[in-house]
Amino acid sequence: MKILVPVKRVIDYNVKPRVKADGTGVDLANVKMSMNPFDEIAVEEAIRIKEAGKAEEIVAVSVGPAKAQDTLRTALAMGADRAILIETDTEVEPLAVAKILKAIVAEENPGLVILGKQAIDDDSNQTGQMLAALLGRPQGTFASKVEIDGDHVAVTREVDGGLETVKLALPAIVTTDLRLNEPRYASLPNIMKAKKKQLDVKTAADYGVDIAPRLKTLKVSEPPVRVAGVKVADVDALVTKLKELGVA
Amino acid sequence: MIEREEMPYDVVIVGGGPAGLATAIRLKQVDPALSVCVLEKGSEIGAHILSGATIDPKALDELLPTWREDGCPLAETPVTDNWHWHLTKKKKFGLPHLVMPPFMSNEGNYTGSLGNLCRWLAEQAEALEIEIFPGFPAAEILYDESGAVIGVQTGDMGVDREGNPKADFQPGMNLLGKYTVFCEGARGHLTKRLKARYDLEADCQPQIYGIGIKELWDIPADKHVPGRVIHTQGWPMSETDSWGGGFLYHQANNQVALGFVTALDYKNPYVYPFEEFQRWKQHPDIRAILEGGKRVAYGARAINEGGWQSVPMLVFPGGVLAGCSAGFVNVPRIKGTHTAMKSGMLAAEAMAAAINAGRAQDTLGEYDTAVRESWIAKELKLVQNAEPMVAKWGGEIGTVLAGADMWLRTLFGFGLAKPMKHHTDASTLQRADLYQPIAYPKPDGVISFDRLTSVSYSFTNHEEDQPVHLKLKDASVPTAINLPFYAGPEARYCPAGVYEFVDPDGAGAKLQINAQNCVHCKTCDIKDPTQNIEWVTPEGGGGPNYPNM
Amino acid sequence: MKTLVWVEHDNASVKDATLHTVTAAAKLGEVHLLVAGSGCRAAAEAAAKIAGVAKVHLADNAAYEHALAENVAPLIVDLMGHHDAFLAPATTTGKNVAPRVAALLDVMQLSDILSVEGEKTFTRPIYAGNAIATVESSDAKLVITVRGTAFEKAAAEGGSAAIEDVAGAGDAGLSSFVGAELAKSERPELTSAKVIVSGGRALKDSETFEQVIMPLADKLGAAVGASRAAVDAGYVPNDYQVGQTGKIVAPEVYIAVGISGAIQHLAGMKDSKTIIAINKDEDAPIFQVADVGLVADLFTAVPELTGKL
Repeated sequence: MKILVPVKRVIDYNVKPRVKADGTGVDLANVKMSMNPFDEIAVEEAIRIKEAGKAEEIVAVSVGPAKAQDTLRTALAMGADRAILIETDTEVEPLAVAKILKAIVAEENPGLVILGKQAIDDDSNQTGQMLAALLGRPQGTFASKVEIDGDHVAVTREVDGGLETVKLALPAIVTTDLRLNEPRYASLPNIMKAKKKQLDVKTAADYGVDIAPRLKTLKVSEPPVRVAGVKVADVDALVTKLKELGVA
Repeated sequence: MIEREEMPYDVVIVGGGPAGLATAIRLKQVDPALSVCVLEKGSEIGAHILSGATIDPKALDELLPTWREDGCPLAETPVTDNWHWHLTKKKKFGLPHLVMPPFMSNEGNYTGSLGNLCRWLAEQAEALEIEIFPGFPAAEILYDESGAVIGVQTGDMGVDREGNPKADFQPGMNLLGKYTVFCEGARGHLTKRLKARYDLEADCQPQIYGIGIKELWDIPADKHVPGRVIHTQGWPMSETDSWGGGFLYHQANNQVALGFVTALDYKNPYVYPFEEFQRWKQHPDIRAILEGGKRVAYGARAINEGGWQSVPMLVFPGGVLAGCSAGFVNVPRIKGTHTAMKSGMLAAEAMAAAINAGRAQDTLGEYDTAVRESWIAKELKLVQNAEPMVAKWGGEIGTVLAGADMWLRTLFGFGLAKPMKHHTDASTLQRADLYQPIAYPKPDGVISFDRLTSVSYSFTNHEEDQPVHLKLKDASVPTAINLPFYAGPEARYCPAGVYEFVDPDGAGAKLQINAQNCVHCKTCDIKDPTQNIEWVTPEGGGGPNYPNM
Repeated sequence: MKTLVWVEHDNASVKDATLHTVTAAAKLGEVHLLVAGSGCRAAAEAAAKIAGVAKVHLADNAAYEHALAENVAPLIVDLMGHHDAFLAPATTTGKNVAPRVAALLDVMQLSDILSVEGEKTFTRPIYAGNAIATVESSDAKLVITVRGTAFEKAAAEGGSAAIEDVAGAGDAGLSSFVGAELAKSERPELTSAKVIVSGGRALKDSETFEQVIMPLADKLGAAVGASRAAVDAGYVPNDYQVGQTGKIVAPEVYIAVGISGAIQHLAGMKDSKTIIAINKDEDAPIFQVADVGLVADLFTAVPELTGKL
């Protein structure tokens, strides 16, 4: 079985994004960028499936700028076998990404596509589900456990209030949640070796996909700032407040 | 024994700052066949770089003469306007340019982010097929039986707090070089070991330092004068009998970079460099520039202030020191990028010639000589008494004497005094009972801020479950000595709030080390009065993630 | 505009998340609901009473019991033939189903909206809420997930919508439900708790943390969190941490005890509906965001509070 792992280059999770003064977006100039943390978990899971002897090849794919090659190299250093970059200088929405991935799936025929449940920049949480829809294949979203069993995969999902397990016919699409695994480090020897692994660069046009955006961002602003409320004099007053809030 | 992979290179460079990148680029310019790698402990090139910066492009002109046309971000903002202010608490006095030696002029210089210059240099380096490995610190020096440096070992990844390997343990790797270049910046932890092992400071004064704390602000367009650079002296350091000064540079994109350097030879243990910076910003003439603006980044880094007399022997078997690892900052000009880069280029030229002559892992005496015959030496000798004169006679008289000394050296080639001596910064701290605690103003949340909020603007993080990278040689010293005699100075000099005394007045007083906050400035390693704190490198990729700093 | 709202239910009653979503849908136009499930007529009847609802579509079929996206998405796509917008609460079910519907309709979804600014214009959080984007859709139909806390609940009573049975294709044969394991810890989980009591460094040590924080949390049925400083100091394990690299929480009520309010911590809890702070230091940054503050020594105030509840 082949596993396809889509990954996205996003702002590093340690960096607090700064809204541009002119409201056109978030300032990403010279800001540290990394692989989307949920996608890192997806890469790790793919490697573990391969290490367990249930997959032969891992192909990492990214849709993004030329620098997303660094992100793919990280995936290769972690253990992916080869990579494909769909290079574009514009932002590509989840629907268009799903369409590109659909075309790649048609070429590569993976048994499993595993990707992050959402990217920490646009927080859309859509691409995996959309890809599953376009392919007419089942989806196991927000996975905290993935078990391949013959021609099926059992996915334990993190749902509101607990966990739920579904059984999906392969090929299937799985999206990862935080507790699925702890991704490994890309070690220095593996980073050196990753430089020699195959990385193909293509464009959306190569797959005949229209990536024109459907949503127009009119404005990006800072979230409203919380303002200080009241100070109460003593515990009794606090008890009254808690009762008003209905928690006591 | 952990099995470690090895990789041989012609040259291994420790540190991806201006010196390291200039070294790498020069090596490839001289001989494209050389294999060169650069290790950088930050998560990316530029992540740990913090400087003013107003940069003299002299070395950049020599290294990459077409940098202005090649998209280098530094080219964006030439210095157009240069001010020196002497501050009193409420007022400022502009110092006339006439009294300052000509090299103090910033004409022809550029102001911008040194981090971004490094990011650009790294792109040039990668185009030359230099291998850059961000996120991998050099943790140990490797020696052969003869005692020569043969390379470095990168840090292990995935070690828990107690030092045991975790499930994701990845052993560090040995990178072997015919020569290894150490350009770790001021107070590099490996440089410190090399200085001791090879007694590199035998014939020079000890290095001394300042702690520079910096912020980046967006300011209203109508207050922004791109290319204007301002330096201040006087208040607030005049209040604490210590010295230091501020800078404020109008850079590109309606941003100003501003900061304050406190010399670490201060005596009063109550001096609180972070708070000195915060109150400096409240000076009416600084505040006026910031009002209506917004802080976007914060950080801190120790800076060399020893000048020429503190430059150690630069070579030892198998390796060399370059950049701030050696210490080429021109203190009155507050500039060291050009000298750091130049030293790297000279090292590169010496190494390339030696390697092509079949040499390896020997002592590159010709590099040491080249530096001492270069314009680095000429420039630094002119100013070598500036810092000690201020240190000895105080900010006001010292500045006048330093100015006179610099003028004499400029005009006649001799100064007021012979090269003066330094005392280590750790040795200058005096007992707390000789001083009164300093009442610093509370932050207003608009212009001045609290320290922890500030640290969050350095975008610092470290893996939580790893050994504390700030080692105490003796764990009892903080509460047995530092707290009772010096009122716990580490709680104040650390710009990131790493050191915190819990219950300082009670019987259960103890030092809590919040290693996760560390911005890698090295001040603790420098200023701890008994030199009990040792800064070692944490897991790779940890530390600040400075943008545009 | 005719909207179709996905109803979350337990076969008998309608979950609150639905009521918030109805409010968002009502801003766009006529509200129709879809109750899909197995043996869920009672839920449809409850849904019909929600104020402002014009029609309830009931799809009662064993294949819809667990709301598997593979099965319910085609059903919704069918209904979207005569609706202009599909809205689902941004719950794990809504987030699972809506994008599948959107892709089948060739529509770019609007996730987690915070407000309705116009017929096709909405605000939504990006970068983990560090920025708010105002976006306009150019698609003919809309697919939306709705952040519950951003919209008031619609009244559960007062409506009398007609219930219309709809048939769907049923089981797509791609997936099946195996089982569920609902969290049954004595204490609610941090990320889903309605009330959180969180302790900081001021609690001195792990015993004191236990003695002061736990009884209050027990009284309130609250989850327990901690600041990074308290975690670093070893009072509680890592998974209690709220804020930087810890969890991001947004309960109805967040009670911060002895937490000064370092910005990393604030980032982890600033979306809480009500923040209550108890701290000795009246200048503590936590008071700048707290809705209710009590300046007091926590070692006396918290036991007193626990006793009086």
